[in-house]
Amino acid sequence: MAVANKPSALERVTSDPVSRRKLLAVTGGSTALAAFLAACGSDSSSTTTTMGNGGGKTGTEQFGKGDVGILNYALTLEYLETAFYADVVKSGLFKGSDLATIRKFGSEEAEHVTALTGFVKQMGGTPAPKPKTEFPLKSAKSVLELAATVENLGAAAYLGQAPNIKGASVLAAALSIHSVEGRHAAALNTLLGESITPDGAFAKPAGADEVLKSVEPFIVG
Amino acid sequence: MSDQILAQPELAGVNIDTDSEDISRSEVILKGALAAGAVYGALAVGPFVGRALAMAESGDVGILNFALTLEYLEAAFYKEAKTRAKASGDLKSLIELVGRDEEEHVGALTETIKKLGGKPVAEPKFDFPYNGTAGFLKLAQTFEDTGVSAYNGAAPQIKAKEVLEAAGSIVQVEARHAAAIRLQNKEEPAPEAFDPALPEAKVLKAVEPFIA
Repeated sequence: MAVANKPSALERVTSDPVSRRKLLAVTGGSTALAAFLAACGSDSSSTTTTMGNGGGKTGTEQFGKGDVGILNYALTLEYLETAFYADVVKSGLFKGSDLATIRKFGSEEAEHVTALTGFVKQMGGTPAPKPKTEFPLKSAKSVLELAATVENLGAAAYLGQAPNIKGASVLAAALSIHSVEGRHAAALNTLLGESITPDGAFAKPAGADEVLKSVEPFIVG
Repeated sequence: MSDQILAQPELAGVNIDTDSEDISRSEVILKGALAAGAVYGALAVGPFVGRALAMAESGDVGILNFALTLEYLEAAFYKEAKTRAKASGDLKSLIELVGRDEEEHVGALTETIKKLGGKPVAEPKFDFPYNGTAGFLKLAQTFEDTGVSAYNGAAPQIKAKEVLEAAGSIVQVEARHAAAIRLQNKEEPAPEAFDPALPEAKVLKAVEPFIA
């Protein structure tokens, strides 16, 4: 992944909750509810198509074909989250229960890394390499805001890929991680005094292109 | 894809913690129902469960009706809690927010089932055994965690991509509710790295005691 030369939209907006929400709304693309209802149009045959990558691009092709590509994309995001929490723990910005929460979330992301690596190998793929990362860790508040942004984006990323997954076992695993990312996001939003459901009753998905663009500034090699 | 992946212990099954010293009455009821179901099998299931199981034959509509039943339960639970849970401050706002979300889920699922040519299940009458704010919160945590596991268990069987997208967008919201309710209970918002998946029959047995 290329090194970003300019500050990203994400970096600029992490200190501004309003534009951060806007970013999430934009990266969320079409609402799931719209898709939900669109699925129920008069053309009933369109609602019985099988799932899979067959038709369109998933945006994860650079990580491998099909489910392996999606898993490696998820693995890259989990590596990033794991490294982020490890850096935050080392930063000394947090103590007490907030530090305990950060440690817990970090260890869960590390478990996701291990599981995804195992899946990729089981499927005969090569796990994506661990990226070199760097995060701005200026203050406790800005770090919590970045954590919330990353988790909300992570949850949206899984939601965006779930319908592209072919294997039922891979889908089940992705879903079991997806809802944990949603839990992390809601807990961080609560710590920040923000809505636990920034998208309302229906969470919005994010496509791989948007997600990768958003995390690019944190990947330095 | 082999099923071996699911054999990984951290991804398989659901933990029902019978060793916990801190068991609410509702959890006892829930566990009792699960145990009774295991002992007596299909004969023990009530008319509600039978009706819902019959629905399961019809693919995505069946899954949507299963989800609708859970959303009815949650929506009724939070609606009643507005006056019954004796909540104030942040919890009061949370009950309103979560209740509104569950009602929106009921509306969307009902509409979708109709558009798919199915018949939405009727709303059952519910009976929630709890006392006060603490009792409400314990039951809320059980419902939200069960809801997450129910969607996660059902979603891989969904055929239509769009229905899967919708189920995913709802389960994420349920997970967010679960985390917020858990924080109110001073518990880990995300207790495990992998949320368990529950099969439909187990979920129906778990909610059966709350159907009046």
